[in-house]
Amino acid sequence: MGQWTPWLRRAGFYLALLALWQVLASAGVWPSYVLPGPDAVAASLADGLRQGVFLAAAAVSLSRLAAGYAISAGVGTLLGLAIARFSLAEELLGSLVLALQSLPSVCWLPLAILWFGLNEQAVIFVVVMGALFSITLGVAGGVRNTPPVYVKAARNMGCHGWRLYSRVVLPAAMPAVLAGLKQGWSFAWRSLMAGELIYFSLSLGNLLQTGRDLNDAARVMAVMAVIMAIGLVCDQLLFAPAERRMRAKRGLS
Amino acid sequence: MVHALGPIDLRVERGEFVCLVGPSGCGKSTLLGNIAGLETADAGSLRANGREVRGPSPDRVLLFQEAALFPWLDVQANVEFGLRERGIPRCERKQAAQHYVDLVHLNGFERSFVHQLSGGMRQRAAIARALAIEPRLLLMDEPFGALDALTRDRLHLELEDIWARTGTTIVFVTHNVREAVALGDRVLVFSSRPGRILAEFRIDLPRSRSLQDHQLADQANEILAVLTAGLEA
Repeated sequence: MGQWTPWLRRAGFYLALLALWQVLASAGVWPSYVLPGPDAVAASLADGLRQGVFLAAAAVSLSRLAAGYAISAGVGTLLGLAIARFSLAEELLGSLVLALQSLPSVCWLPLAILWFGLNEQAVIFVVVMGALFSITLGVAGGVRNTPPVYVKAARNMGCHGWRLYSRVVLPAAMPAVLAGLKQGWSFAWRSLMAGELIYFSLSLGNLLQTGRDLNDAARVMAVMAVIMAIGLVCDQLLFAPAERRMRAKRGLS
Repeated sequence: MVHALGPIDLRVERGEFVCLVGPSGCGKSTLLGNIAGLETADAGSLRANGREVRGPSPDRVLLFQEAALFPWLDVQANVEFGLRERGIPRCERKQAAQHYVDLVHLNGFERSFVHQLSGGMRQRAAIARALAIEPRLLLMDEPFGALDALTRDRLHLELEDIWARTGTTIVFVTHNVREAVALGDRVLVFSSRPGRILAEFRIDLPRSRSLQDHQLADQANEILAVLTAGLEA
């Protein structure tokens, strides 16, 4: 019974929230296009799923995310390694990366539109900028904080060059790298939604906007639920297993 | 800039077990680092196995005080590391690694990770990893310094056994004079920083030597006297 208690408490809590929400909506304190009840949202959700609109939109959003993230992961890793390895790079680029990291990625949108026009490239550019600096800093930090004795031991055993990085330095830096990758992912997701809000092609962000255009709060909330669900699933599928394995190996859990 | 090491003239014969004793900070670790090719000296020449030392090589393996096992790999993968670097295929690698895991009595722990091992086990795993690439020279930097006396005594016996079986040349650094006398063919005494060799002692006692043996104790006291004198100088 003990291990189920947190789940029961959680379930109870959510049921109470839903009930409260339903009461507020039915009481008509606010008009239904402002605060639809959970029943309306559920209906909109079911509708969207059945019509395949949500799935199609999710596919578009996810493919953009994957493309942008892949670019940031690749460039970010190389940049991070360069900063960690070459003191000149650290001197020149270190503070620049830090400054750019503190710029909310949505701020890249106006510039992206000016550069690329209002199209796919602009959106993907914003996604890349969202994740790039988190990943760079994660890799740079992780590599810099690698205990030098690992590198010495590896070099001693005949390991050098790229192999030293792929077999020893990056694995040793994995906790920080993973943290950077995870943060980059969530920033990329956020900047993607911001970009999609103003871009007319079908996507999750676009659905939010059209929902608003139609004064359909139920639809907006349904899409929000889908976005949250995707976020959770991605984390569970992509990062949680890697994190668990890493913590198990190092005895951190 | 710290002047860690004074001029050193050192010659080690193949298969010898040489112990270096000296106070902390006298440059013993620096010397080992130089021999391993991981650090470079400002002056002088260093030759090993008939060639000038120009950088690290799997022929001269250095063992650190903190074992330095890779925490993202289990014991088996750690021991296989050097072999994999050499391009040895999986099957052979596994067998070779197993041989050395057996040699250090870590059977059953092949799949364990570093955090699951005690200090003594970590050192043994590190020794297995070093031996797996069959270096001609093993450099040990106070490897048993962080261990309790019982574990250390056991590891002394294991190390001697391994040395006898593999014929590896060993240069062993320690601040523990008794340990040096128990293990070494020769003991070299270092002065404090910048370290120089103060004296050399040949240990002719029959092996295996017990730390309780009074001849060993006498020899150790003699060496300790030189060491202390060197500190006060």
